Amino acid sequence: MNHLPLIIKREYLTKIRNKSFIVMTFLSPMIMIGLIALVAYLSQINNNQDRTISILDETGLFSDVFTDSEHIQYSYLSDINLDIAKELVNSKEEYGLLYIEKSIDSSQLFDSAKFYSEDSPSLTIISSLESKIEKKLTDLKLIQDGVDIEKIRASHTRITIAQESFQGKQTSKIDSYLKLVFGGAAGYLLFMFIIIYGNMIMRSVIEEKTSRIVEIIISSVKPIQLMMGKIIGTSLAGVTQFIIWIILGGVMLFIVSAIFGVDLMQIETPQQEMIQQAIASSEAQNQAQELATAFLNLPLLNLFVAFLFFFLAGFLLYSSLYAAIGAAVDNETDTQQFMMPIIMPLILAVYVGVFTVIEDPHGTVSTVFSFIPLTSPVVMLMRIPFGVPIWEQVLSLTLLVATFVFTVWFAAKIYRVGILMYGKKPSYKELFKWLRY
Amino acid sequence: MNDVLVAESVSKHFGDFKALNDVSIAVPQGSIFGLLGPNGAGKTTLIRIINQITMPDTGRILLDGSPLKPSDIQNIGYLPEERGLYKSMKVGEQVLYLAQLKGMSKQDAKDRLKYWFDKFEIGDWWNRKIQELSKGQAQKIQFIVTVLHRPKLLIFDEPFSGFDPINANLIKDEILQLRHEGATVIFSTHRMESVEELCDHIALIHQSNKILDGKLNDIKRQYKTNTFEVGLQTSNAEEVVNSIKNNFEVLPATFKNLHDDIKLNIKLSENKSSNDLLSFLTSKAEVHHFVEVIPSVNDIFIQTVTNN
Repeated sequence: MNHLPLIIKREYLTKIRNKSFIVMTFLSPMIMIGLIALVAYLSQINNNQDRTISILDETGLFSDVFTDSEHIQYSYLSDINLDIAKELVNSKEEYGLLYIEKSIDSSQLFDSAKFYSEDSPSLTIISSLESKIEKKLTDLKLIQDGVDIEKIRASHTRITIAQESFQGKQTSKIDSYLKLVFGGAAGYLLFMFIIIYGNMIMRSVIEEKTSRIVEIIISSVKPIQLMMGKIIGTSLAGVTQFIIWIILGGVMLFIVSAIFGVDLMQIETPQQEMIQQAIASSEAQNQAQELATAFLNLPLLNLFVAFLFFFLAGFLLYSSLYAAIGAAVDNETDTQQFMMPIIMPLILAVYVGVFTVIEDPHGTVSTVFSFIPLTSPVVMLMRIPFGVPIWEQVLSLTLLVATFVFTVWFAAKIYRVGILMYGKKPSYKELFKWLRY
Repeated sequence: MNDVLVAESVSKHFGDFKALNDVSIAVPQGSIFGLLGPNGAGKTTLIRIINQITMPDTGRILLDGSPLKPSDIQNIGYLPEERGLYKSMKVGEQVLYLAQLKGMSKQDAKDRLKYWFDKFEIGDWWNRKIQELSKGQAQKIQFIVTVLHRPKLLIFDEPFSGFDPINANLIKDEILQLRHEGATVIFSTHRMESVEELCDHIALIHQSNKILDGKLNDIKRQYKTNTFEVGLQTSNAEEVVNSIKNNFEVLPATFKNLHDDIKLNIKLSENKSSNDLLSFLTSKAEVHHFVEVIPSVNDIFIQTVTNN
């Protein structure tokens, strides 16, 4: 008799009716968006602070170099010595004092600038000051050597290397970033999904054990049916939650940015900076068009199909292991010793994905890890946007599915014995014995 | 009589531990079959094998003469010793779910559930969660789950634990009623008085082996010692007792009765009948009390287990 649909239905309904599940479904995106808004708001406040920097320039060479910017005012001091200037700046509670000492030789000016301030100054301010002085000095030197600066300026050219694959596909730097985003998002999504819903499956198996209902269920259905029903039901609940999160998150992101006027996209993370640089380096009028072609250049169909299969197989593989752990122990505190072997390959996969796939998507390390079943779902998902031959994908998926079949068999064995074992904290040795029961 | 359930030399071991060693039992149609044994003897393993929860290493189980098949779960109702229901699930929903797992249609299960709810007068529990019920109340639900699909074989593992005397009696009456309607009951318990009261067949399992089985009356007959409790009234007590002692084997007696008189346990040798004893006694004194000593299940249990 096939009770699988019945079990899936019960698991699904129980999960989505659970109070904490409902609360988390609606609260999580709010908390996330709230945090993002807060961070954006705070960083804006930080940048908005007005600062005054006094400049005591004994050389007189830099009188036109420091011009006021939006949040930084420069005030030039003259005809006073350093000590008085320091006191003056300190008493006016200005941000700091830039002191450029007059030296005999202008070539030694490079180490004659000093910055005095109450606290250690911000790195961005120092480097902006440095670059201003550098530029002026470079110009001065060029003039000294009789070079026409205007000519240099005029000869300065910008270049963007147009990329084209041997098959004739036009690509650009945006392409790579887009691929990175797609691959990273897919891999990370799977990682999160496994952690959150794998745990949920494990807890629900433990709950059945502790409430002792399992013996009644098992007298009606096969353990493997119960296990698969649990995994599928919980996954469906997970997908439901994820979809709600994405919709709710999107809507709230829109509302928050509309209300507070905080441009959330402007929060600067290193990746975004890279993307912005990439975009900035291309011609402005082509940006949108280029983004669109980059998007179309992605192997979209392949991406979509591979995402479905790797996501599914990867999640099932891990969740069957989670279910086995749940069956082997009596309560959640006992799960620790068995969690390590599951979490390790998962974290390894994400690290490999982040550090090697980005660097070299088809290098040895990434390629090998995209075949090892426990890491392949995450790593392969990250690689696919960069174009992976179909045979490699099929081979990796075949290995994954074979391993999945094996782990389900393994988990079902543990499950069958474990759910009826009470009051024992099993060791690995004992689990191995169970396989032969 | 037909045997509903037959276990043929069933063996099962877990690792090095032998849980059942070549155990055979036959449960006749319409009987209440007591499955007895000390803790850890292998009763639960046998019950789990009958329920197809675990598979035997060797041997087989026949239900109505044919080997067990997966669809037979419909024909068996099992109340395990380790009780439990989904705590946060509503009573009605939960029972319907479990009944559907047993192969009932939803509508059929609903009708049957209404019948039982009316019978136990618990109609207002339908939308309550299990965690809101008391332990005894949850046990009632569990009992309904066990019998809802009208199985022809019912297996109860310690059915009365957790019930107060009134509810235990209610459940006992229901079990008897179900037997009356044609069900066969396997009954595993440590409460010998309920075995005495309910069972007509028993099997005793000890250290993975079956050491005793059969009709309860046959077993009792087998274990009786031809001993009679006798209460006599006479004016010359000493003389009577001495003459009895000369003719029969006399044991000290502890039974209770209304008169303050001579109380003896008299064991008859093979060649003497109870009538011989009775006519001897009536010639000596007035007989107030004359009962054959029948071994209780408790005595048989302790005697066989300690002897093995």
